[in-house]
Amino acid sequence: MTLKEVQDILEAEVLVGRDQLQKPVRTAFAADLMSDVLAFAKPDSLLLTGLTNPQVVRTADILDITAIILVRGKKPSEETVKLAEELKIPILSTRYILFETSGRLHAKGIKGCIEKVGGEI
Amino acid sequence: MQESLKFEKSFAVEGGSFQNAGNVSGQIKSVLKDLGVPKDIVRRVAIICYESEINIVSYAKKGTITLAVTDDAVKIETKDEGPGIPDIDLAMKEGYSTATAAVREMGFGAGMGLANMKKYSDHLIITSEVGVGTCVTMMVMNVQKLLHPDLPPVNLR
Amino acid sequence: MELETLVRELNLKVSCAAGSLKREVKGGYVGDLLSDVMANSKEGDIWITRQVHQNIVAVASLKDVAGIILIQGSEPAHDTAAKANAEGIPILVTDLPAFEIVGKIYQLIKP
Repeated sequence: MTLKEVQDILEAEVLVGRDQLQKPVRTAFAADLMSDVLAFAKPDSLLLTGLTNPQVVRTADILDITAIILVRGKKPSEETVKLAEELKIPILSTRYILFETSGRLHAKGIKGCIEKVGGEI
Repeated sequence: MQESLKFEKSFAVEGGSFQNAGNVSGQIKSVLKDLGVPKDIVRRVAIICYESEINIVSYAKKGTITLAVTDDAVKIETKDEGPGIPDIDLAMKEGYSTATAAVREMGFGAGMGLANMKKYSDHLIITSEVGVGTCVTMMVMNVQKLLHPDLPPVNLR
Repeated sequence: MELETLVRELNLKVSCAAGSLKREVKGGYVGDLLSDVMANSKEGDIWITRQVHQNIVAVASLKDVAGIILIQGSEPAHDTAAKANAEGIPILVTDLPAFEIVGKIYQLIKP
């Protein structure tokens, strides 16, 4: 699916990347601890998180994350938005909790980006 | 509040030990359930107690959490011997935390403690002295009881 | 859905409190930040986390969750298991990461 369809499924607000909504999306990863984002995030994946700090954007850039989906209605700081615009990383915000967000995306065919820890990179 | 006091008890909290963190909150929750306090109030008190307890454990040498229950409200008063808070407004900001990396990895230190305590209580007063400690008094009002037409006027102190 | 059914359908390993699986799972919550779980989880939620330290038992008990699922094959710490067994808080383990296990749970409890 595209990022636009993700937006629709999650009734999300697009905070950064209104021009990137045609980006294809196939996998997703959920994390609320910065160390987990660093350890497990995979290229071309969606990152579902409640973390709103600029480090998340830096990580997304380094790891080629397709887009950041902020859950629980979280909004990024101004600094985070600026960095995301600069690095061209879309940020969407949904009011759904992480459980509901993951559930809905999974139901519509998005897959987890790793099968289990210790699996293939 | 004195006239209709149904229950009052102080609980000791040991600073620095995550081993027992949450025990006092659990005990307070049990007491409230036994007293027949409405569920939504028990839920809110559990949150503010737990955040208070974790703050004492995370930062203070030791502290106490005092529970007082009347028909109209549940009062939670915390007092600790600890570093105190130099800037209370800053400390109340969501996301602001002085927690160590080890504490953060456990999932604490997200900077939501004081914010949650304010959000889930109806009244919150916080005083602190650097190098001495911090006191927080929180009230959770029993709104249904307060709106009952037969009740005498509430005495809030 | 009963927790026992969820365990069976998802092939979860039962790590603690095997005798307390007849609880109703009403919803789910994913969270590793304990303030967030304290504030936002609901009674009867199945709590999905990767935190294994003993504070998860206090939180699970205070919030009356249906149980805890540890992801990515995490095992509860020794004192966590002791507390969970003592308090009858089920701890279950899956090899899967959060997104995948939530997807499967969601299918079962919210068709």
